[in-house]
Amino acid sequence: MGSRASTLLREEEIEEIKKETGFSHSQITRLYSRFTSLDKGENGTLSREDFQRIPELAINPLGDRIINAFFPEGEDQVNFRGFMRTLAHFRPIEDNEKNKNATTSEPLNSRTNKLLFAFRLYDLDRDDKISRDELLQVLRMMVGVNISDEQLGSIADRTIQEADTNGDNSISFNEFIKVLEKVDVEQKMSIRFLH
Amino acid sequence: MDSSSAVLFTLVAVFSLLDGSAGEIPPKPAGGVTIVPPVQPDGGPQAYPEAGKSNLPVFTMDYLRIQIPFEITLWVLLASFAKIGFNVYHKITVWVPETCLLISIGLIVGGIMHSVHEEPPAVLSSNVFFLYMLPPIVLDSGYFLPTRPFFENVGTVLWFAVVGTLWNSIGIGMSLFAICQIEAFGLQDLNLQENLLFATIISAVDPVAVLSVFEDVSVNEQLYIVVFGECLFNDAVTVVLYNMFSFVADMPVVEPVDVFLGVARFFVVGLGGMGFGILFGFVAAFTTRFTSKVREIEPLFIFMYSYLAYLVAELFAISSIMAIVTCALTMKYYVEENVSQRSCTTIRHVVKMLGSMSETLIFFFLGVVTITTDHEWNWAYILFTLLFAFVWRGLGVLVLTQIINPFRTIPFNMKDQFGLAYGGLRGAISFALAFTLPDTIGRKPLFVTATIVIILFTVFVQGISIRPLIEFINVRRTNRNLDTINVEIHCRLMEHTIAGIEDLCGQWSHFYWKDKFMKFNNRILRRILIRDSRAESSIVALYKKLELQNAMEILDTVSGDISAAPSIVSLNEEKKTSAKPKRKFLAADLRNMHNILSKNMYKIRQRTVAFTGKHSLPNDTHSREILIRRHASIRRSLRPGSFQTSVVPKSHKYFSLPAGKSLDSNFLPPEQLSHLDAQETMSEVAFPSRRSRFGKPTRSSSKAMMPLRRLDTLKEAPSVDALDKDRPEDGRTRPGMSRINSSYSDSRVPASRRHFSSSSENDNGSADNFRNVHHETEEEEQPQLSSPPPGWAAEPSDSSTQNPLLRRPQWNPKKM
Repeated sequence: MGSRASTLLREEEIEEIKKETGFSHSQITRLYSRFTSLDKGENGTLSREDFQRIPELAINPLGDRIINAFFPEGEDQVNFRGFMRTLAHFRPIEDNEKNKNATTSEPLNSRTNKLLFAFRLYDLDRDDKISRDELLQVLRMMVGVNISDEQLGSIADRTIQEADTNGDNSISFNEFIKVLEKVDVEQKMSIRFLH
Repeated sequence: MDSSSAVLFTLVAVFSLLDGSAGEIPPKPAGGVTIVPPVQPDGGPQAYPEAGKSNLPVFTMDYLRIQIPFEITLWVLLASFAKIGFNVYHKITVWVPETCLLISIGLIVGGIMHSVHEEPPAVLSSNVFFLYMLPPIVLDSGYFLPTRPFFENVGTVLWFAVVGTLWNSIGIGMSLFAICQIEAFGLQDLNLQENLLFATIISAVDPVAVLSVFEDVSVNEQLYIVVFGECLFNDAVTVVLYNMFSFVADMPVVEPVDVFLGVARFFVVGLGGMGFGILFGFVAAFTTRFTSKVREIEPLFIFMYSYLAYLVAELFAISSIMAIVTCALTMKYYVEENVSQRSCTTIRHVVKMLGSMSETLIFFFLGVVTITTDHEWNWAYILFTLLFAFVWRGLGVLVLTQIINPFRTIPFNMKDQFGLAYGGLRGAISFALAFTLPDTIGRKPLFVTATIVIILFTVFVQGISIRPLIEFINVRRTNRNLDTINVEIHCRLMEHTIAGIEDLCGQWSHFYWKDKFMKFNNRILRRILIRDSRAESSIVALYKKLELQNAMEILDTVSGDISAAPSIVSLNEEKKTSAKPKRKFLAADLRNMHNILSKNMYKIRQRTVAFTGKHSLPNDTHSREILIRRHASIRRSLRPGSFQTSVVPKSHKYFSLPAGKSLDSNFLPPEQLSHLDAQETMSEVAFPSRRSRFGKPTRSSSKAMMPLRRLDTLKEAPSVDALDKDRPEDGRTRPGMSRINSSYSDSRVPASRRHFSSSSENDNGSADNFRNVHHETEEEEQPQLSSPPPGWAAEPSDSSTQNPLLRRPQWNPKKM
């Protein structure tokens, strides 16, 4: 599997992915072999079932949403580039990177982009706002059955109240950023990718 | 403050007086287990008057008899009063660590005693310190060691503890030896071994002072745990080196064999300590399995076993500190599940109390002894010691961090390293080791003096300045104060996301071993060590098995056109609810909310098998619930009819099975039984085995087995009535259901597994919890559905179905 994987992934592609996402060569190769092992249909793309086959994701309360985050709007298949692009959000931020890509667009694993990823887990309709119901949905997913709807509703109301500064009863991305300004998002939303 | 200091002085005065009358306290005999050895004073209780006197003495006093316990008590009280004293002024403890204050008070008392030419109690004999005063402190540290961060950082901790201490000892020792060569200082009689011995003593760092500062400042968890762990575990190295060097200091020549033996000894000491600790931990856990009838003495076992571990390790001269720490770590997990709530609280309180008391006493005595011992002062040696200690620690931290950073998820930045280096305070252990140096070493007083100077310097100067420095350089902090609900929720979301992505990438980094261990733990250890007060019936077990099987198979057989696009909120419905007046939330509400969230939010996944035990059922529920929700969503999205509008498939992503649809309407005959084993462990997540431990209030409720109830059709919120275009879909449910019924009728667990029936068939009994799951999710979903999931028949509003959701404390997985 390993040898086949590496032949299918050309050097230029690896270079491009490297530039776009910042992963190292060995990380990319390793993730590619993971990609191919998930790709049961062997057509170079992953579909949602491929993700759902991962048992641990089934038990993750946010499993569906995480899977969904991989698929761009309206599409059902994700290729390796897209896969890596999404995973790039979780790369740890290194100090020396802060100056490197200053001129180019923000790297995928910047704090803002990490927060945007989290934001999009709530905001499925991509209207750049977390409405009360979207919030409730996610809350309900994360919480057990012991909480009644009224309680959950109050929690959701309180959440919105805390964050909402412009009074539209929903949380915009900027409000989201503001609310989490003290939180060490860079650390919380980072994974140490194995080489 | 005035009154307490007055009391202090009174006590001291009284004490000195008494002391003066009675003479020096004899040292406590070694090896005794009891704190108070029996005292046989020469007088005995005041006997009746000798022959010749005829008067009955009305008032007699016999001090000698009670002398030892009395003085011990007084000293303890004195130290404790000192502690009360500082806390009167809160601001003092903020800026000056408590250890400094204790030492200061000790200095004062020592000064007083010295001026009345008193000797301090000879509590600093090796035995007293190591056998009585040190174990409670270490037990306290070990028992309250935060396990999760510790195990996440265990590599770093051990690295700093072992290699760091070696580096420090050898470095300082060598440099001091080099200094000794300089004739001007008059230190030539100190040979290399003695210098190395001394260096070992002063490289033992002590966490007490620095940890309290770190806690107050809320430094980031990594730093905290590394400093903490390092202090605990460098004992192994220190003990070995100390023994080795003191042994060697007597020898004229050091041979390479000795060095090799030293290394071998290190492993014996370290691993032996851990081994004993684990052994005693397991024995303790096993014992507590049977203590349900003798609840009053349950805490006793904890203390006895830990102390026993310590003593046995001392017997074999292996690292007793590691033994007791490992014992506490091992024991805690199982014991806290076995013992009663009260015992648990008692244990914690007593551990804390003993640890606190010991610590107080030690620092207090440090102050006293400083004044009253004979010192030998040598400017050069002492100053250079200070210098080298500082330099080598800084260098050591720098070099070691560079080496270990690539292996860490969160590397230490310069600020963390500064905190790590500066936080290397010396304390009690150095003190004790110095005092118990064999007298054969010629310059022992010099060493003692130098040690005391270092301790005082680090505790006072570094201890006081570390707080402003840490705040000034702005070390990365943990955000302990979750003032906002937002933060709590979003952080949990992020944690789940990370867990999911890690699973997705198929890498668990250091979780891998943890999971392996947890599997072993649950399969074997918990069975043996935890009292199983509730036998799970085989029916339930079988039911669960089938359930899981289905669930897994659904995942596997999902195929075809799942355009399970993300659930989208129907904007139409949303507008209805938008016009709500802003609610006021009281502080109490907020606290409740935080409580609710912290108790109820799913913890991050632990891939472990929930075994039979009183927590197994609750543990399963969450994974099941999530599984069911996901299956339902997949289910629904599979249905071709659900794609009628663009909005619909998205809203169907979650969560409920429509009436008549079973979990496995696409269920193919069980082919993938082979999957079961591998995935059973995956899905039967002991989701919150942690949660069930913390959620003590739910303990009792988990024992209540919910009666099976019939599942009627899904109750639906009224608003769905209007939507009837999906009624025709009802028909589809029948075939699926009947197929399932037939396939399950034989293997049917009586009254357990049923499927949703359409409105006509109400014969199915099932746990209503399942229904409730759907019920609540459905309720939540209601406002968003523009078209309902097909086949949901409106059930007559049934209050009994409403209530369980609100009322029931635990979800029982015996559904359908």
